[in-house]
Amino acid sequence: MDADADLYKAIGDATRRTILDELTDRDGQTLFELCGRLTVKHGLASSRQAVSQHLAVLEQAGLVHTRRQGRYKFHHVDTSPLRSIVDRWHIDREEPNP
Amino acid sequence: MIRINVTSVFVDDQAKALAFYTEKLGFTKKTDVPAGEARWLTVVSPADPDGVELLLEPDGHPAAGPFKEALVADGIPFTQFAVDDVHAEVERLKGLGVQFTQDATDFGPVVTAVLDDTCGNLIQIATMK
Repeated sequence: MDADADLYKAIGDATRRTILDELTDRDGQTLFELCGRLTVKHGLASSRQAVSQHLAVLEQAGLVHTRRQGRYKFHHVDTSPLRSIVDRWHIDREEPNP
Repeated sequence: MIRINVTSVFVDDQAKALAFYTEKLGFTKKTDVPAGEARWLTVVSPADPDGVELLLEPDGHPAAGPFKEALVADGIPFTQFAVDDVHAEVERLKGLGVQFTQDATDFGPVVTAVLDDTCGNLIQIATMK
């Protein structure tokens, strides 16, 4: 069984990668703000329900954490699970030019 | 010809709402008359005193609370007001202690931000470029 299945599934979708891009651009967003960015900046016509489901998949993979602050819910990016990819397939340091 | 003369927000406390909408946001009181257990309480923009009135409507109906809470949790503003410069307005309102769930954000033809009206709603402010 592949322990990283949730991670690869999460980043295997273009919309979810865009969500990670936008949370990296500005961390801590409401669902409303994320939907606005996807629609206006990327022309993605995903429904709020669809974006909410994408966020659930990202959360399952540990790439997004939600935080309740008072009555609002904010989404935060966490890229640390991606480290397991380079731990598994090392990237050799580039040789300096001779 | 039909036209909009009043629109409304559901507020949890009319006196608190009047204070916030006038002292923080900068509206002025237009109409304030007793109406049953509450008041017919409206504010207008000083830039358009004869324009559309905003009714600060009590949210006592049992459906209003869950509706408002669900919108606020997802950061969804109930309505939108125009300002000359969102960036400057965010700074001014933050100076008055107003909380924002979305800072001034450039969405191409429009810049928007989302604030908490302290009466159970999020409000979007916008500047068209």
